[in-house]
Order: sequence, then C-alpha cells, then structure tokens
Amino acid sequence: MATPNLTTLGIETSCDETGLALYNTERGLLGHALFSQIDIHAAYGGVVPEIASRDHLRKLLPLLQEVLDQAGMQRSDIDAVAYTAGPGLVGALLVGACLGQSLAFALQRPALGVHHLEGHLLAPLLEADPPQPPFVALLVSGGHTQLIAVRALGDYELLGDTLDDATGEAFDKCAQLMGLPYPGGPALARLAEEGDPTAFKLARPMLDRPGLDFSFSGLKTQVALAWRDSAQDDRSRRDLAASFQAAVVETLVEKCRRAWTQTGFSTLVVAGGVGANRRLRADLRELASRDGVQVHYPRPEFCTDNGAMIAVAGALRLAGGESSGPAISVRPRWPLAELTRIAEGSGLRAQGPEELDSARS
Amino acid sequence: MNLLAIDTSTEACSAALWVDGRILERFEVAPRKHAELLLPMIDELLLEAELPRSALDAIVFGRGPGSFTGVRLAASVAQGLAFGLGIPVIPLSSLAALAQAEADEHPGLPIAAMIDARMGEIYLGLYKPDAEGLVVALNAERVLPPEQVQLGTEAQWRAVGSGWQTYGKALSGELGSRLQGQPQPRYPRAAALLKLAQREARSSRWQTPEHAQPLYLRDKVALTVSERLEQRRLAAVG
Repeated sequence: MATPNLTTLGIETSCDETGLALYNTERGLLGHALFSQIDIHAAYGGVVPEIASRDHLRKLLPLLQEVLDQAGMQRSDIDAVAYTAGPGLVGALLVGACLGQSLAFALQRPALGVHHLEGHLLAPLLEADPPQPPFVALLVSGGHTQLIAVRALGDYELLGDTLDDATGEAFDKCAQLMGLPYPGGPALARLAEEGDPTAFKLARPMLDRPGLDFSFSGLKTQVALAWRDSAQDDRSRRDLAASFQAAVVETLVEKCRRAWTQTGFSTLVVAGGVGANRRLRADLRELASRDGVQVHYPRPEFCTDNGAMIAVAGALRLAGGESSGPAISVRPRWPLAELTRIAEGSGLRAQGPEELDSARS
Repeated sequence: MNLLAIDTSTEACSAALWVDGRILERFEVAPRKHAELLLPMIDELLLEAELPRSALDAIVFGRGPGSFTGVRLAASVAQGLAFGLGIPVIPLSSLAALAQAEADEHPGLPIAAMIDARMGEIYLGLYKPDAEGLVVALNAERVLPPEQVQLGTEAQWRAVGSGWQTYGKALSGELGSRLQGQPQPRYPRAAALLKLAQREARSSRWQTPEHAQPLYLRDKVALTVSERLEQRRLAAVG
C-alpha cells in the first residue's frame, strides 16, 4: 500500500495546554501552535478543570487559524482531523473532541479520537532518524510515570507504572513545600544543578525490590521532613533539591535499565515533560551507552503536551483506515494496552529538521 | 435562508433545521448522552431535508446559561461546524428559547424563564413577546437564589423551566399570586432558537465562529490559593 498524501489536523486539549498542528504524510510537519494555561492556573496552585475547559474553547479556533496560516493552507486542505479522546480531564477532552469531530463533519472528512499517551510515544517520529519498534518507552511527566514496551506501532504493553504520584507531580509538590511558586518542578530542577546531591540522605524508592513500578510519595514525605529539620535557607533549598532530584533520577534510570534488560530491546524512547530534565538525560546517556542502548528524545517542545504528536499518531491510524464519529465520545480513563496494532503500510516517511524549516518558510 | 440550530444547555438535546421557512427538529431528553447524539441528529436532519451541508447559511446555538458542560458542547460543535463551512454563528439565550416555547402556547403574557443552576440558585430571564410573538428580554439574565427573584410590574405572569420544578416553594412568595396557570416542565429546544434567530438574521446580528462562546453567568468557579488561606484564617479566628 502506498503512503497516501494526507494532511491531518491534530488537536490536543486533554489538560492545561491547547495544541494544534498540521501534519502531512509526505511533507511532515506543516505548522504547529500551542497555548499553555500555566499562568492562568498558577493562582489556584493547580489545574482547575472548569477553568481549563473554558480556556480551551477560547483558544482553539485562533490557534487553528494560526496553523493554517503557517502552512499556507485553507480549511478545505485539511484531509482528516485527529483529536485527543483520552485519557485526561473529561471537560477539557470534550471541547477538543466536539470541535474536531464537528469540523470533520462540516468538511466531510474522517476524524479520529487519539490516545494521548500514544501521541507521546510516537512524538519521536517527528524527528530525523526516528526510532523503529520494538523499543522501550519511558513516559515521564506531571501526569504519568510509565515504562512501556512498544512491540510494534499500536502494540503496547505496560511494564511499570507509578503507584502514587507522577514524577513531575512529585517535583511540583516538593518545590511547593520548599516555598517555590506553582508549578515549581522546573525551578526545582534548576536549583538542583547548583546544589550538593549528597547533602541529604534520601532513600531510592522501589530500588530494593524487583519489578518496574515506581512510587514517589514516600520520597516526598522524606523531603518534607528534611526541609522541616533544615535551616530552610537558600543553601539547604539547593542541596535538598539536588538530593531529591538525584534520588528520582537514579530510580528512573535503574528502572529503564531493568526494562531494556528484561525486554532485550536496544532502543529507549523518553517522552513527557520530565524528559527534558538535564540530569536524567545525562545519566541515561551514560548507562545506555554502556549497555549499547540507543536513546531517543522528541525535541523539547514536543516532550510536553502538543498537537503535533496527536496529528502524527492520528495520521498513522487514519491512513490505516480507522475513524470515529459522528457520535462524539471521550475516555477520561483509557488503558494504553487496549489499543490495537496500527495497520501495515501506513508508515510515515522520516523527516529531518531542515525539511521542517523549509516547509515553514 | 437555511439555518441549523442546536441546544444542549439542559438534560435535553436538540437540533433543528430551518429550510426556507420549514422547521425540522430532533429532540431527546437524554442526560449525559448529548455528545453521542448531537452530530447524528444533525446528519439525519440534513438527509431528511435533502440539504447539503454547504447550503447552510449560519449555525444557531443555545449559548446558555445552563449546564457548563452542556453549553460548552453546543458552543464547540457550533465552532467546528461554522469554521468548517465558512459561515457565521448566532449565539442565543437558552432561557429565551424556553420563554419562546411558552409564548407560542400562551401568547401575550410576560414570562419568567428559570433553569435550575444547582447550589441553591436559578438562572433567571424575564421576557415579553413583541408584536410578532417573538420574546424580548426585559433585563439581563442572572443567577440568583430563588428567594431573591423579582418580577416586573406586569400583574400576570407565566413561569417555565426546571427552576420552578426544583424551587417552586421558595419562588411562591414572589410568584404565587401573580402566576397564570401551572408552570410547565419544559426544556430549551432548538426549534424555538430558530424562531428567535429569524429576528437576528434579519438585522445581521451574526458573528464569526470564534465568537461562539457560552454565557456561564457563574464565573467564580474555584478559590485561589490566597483565598483559601484567608478562608482558613477566618475559620480559625471565628
């Protein structure tokens, strides 16, 4: 089956980021735009679902017009629409699903509800030299901490998951209890670079037992106690940040090693916002090269939630003949393992950054 | 002129087509199934009218007040359809849709349209039919406790909507002696929006698709960190 020349609109609204993108199966990414609501939710100390839903509805069409303008396209050039159908906040998901499905209805084009995490898993396909399955994926963000075996496109097995907090969530909570403003995770990681990672003795959660699951709530409690008993000055803040980050990174890296050893796969894909963490990248690089494992990352802007990854995942499945609607449905909870293998022959051509630039100019 | 109207602001889900003066409608009371039902309803209506999508001139939608999720659903579907077809939107009040259906059955009298807003409040709109029998708002819609409802100066009123069903007792102080007839349990519906849309279309009161936004009325939906701290401080003091 020849790869069809198909332009897919991707829509992401599962949490607090409104992302849109246009992806063409031959020309690659034609445009993408993102609005992050972080500043809106900061005053509330976390994402307020109702506020998130309201804002998605204000931003979607202006962002859609922006990506069409970037691509030099008209609405009629959209061949298919992919939107995040889950998992995520139900109200936020509904806004993107309703707009995407009804836009496709108006254009008389197919639409498809996409799994948000499949989007993250396939985001490295947007880069030059994309990874080929089988590979192990570490999905590490404010909402997820999972190790997944990607046996083929669409064929996923959950190897390990967090039993409590997601990694990014643990970063944010520890930052908050050390008095950093929401969302403090990235600020805590920056502080950690100037601190002494051995200053505080923190346990490495779940390393003393077999398996690939994670747990960060105990570590968070240790940080709270250590902070309480510290001088609570800039130096202890830096050192505790560094010690906390070292404990988290060591756990993540060791579980990744176990995952590639257990599966025998020689490629690791790291996706999700925490994948941008410098210490994590450095330590993974070192251990992976020792074991002869190749590590792939999406570019930083596609590590966090975005429309491009939804467009790519949707394009693959749409090209394989899948579609949804006109009934609109979202799945706030949606196990990744329920997905089915993507039809053969719907593979995409790899695309380098140079092509991207020329497509945009 | 061909118009499509949708309303999902309450437990009812409806879509209606205005095709050269003829109205076709689908209406179903189906809580939590609106997303599933709405586009298939529209598809059926277009097929029944043998109308291509491209022949639609505008999308009319019930912009609330009502269920937050419901009014967002109608607004986001209106955005998608209108942007995709390159046509404008006409946002209309779901309370006015309620009042219009009531005015059609009981012409002449002013109408208090009330939707249960939960949390001990109702959404209220007061209306009066014009010479053509199309309702006109007497004041801006509000969200308020039923005890605070005040009608206009007219002696006799009709009341309509889920607000009466839920808060009839609390409302009877203001409404009791001035009500004509028993208030009907009624939902806003797309066919009533279509009638009202005629007036809007005549005066070209339509908007570009990104302006398809809900009217929530309730805009304070969460406490900020500092408000929570202040509340805790007051609770500790008090």
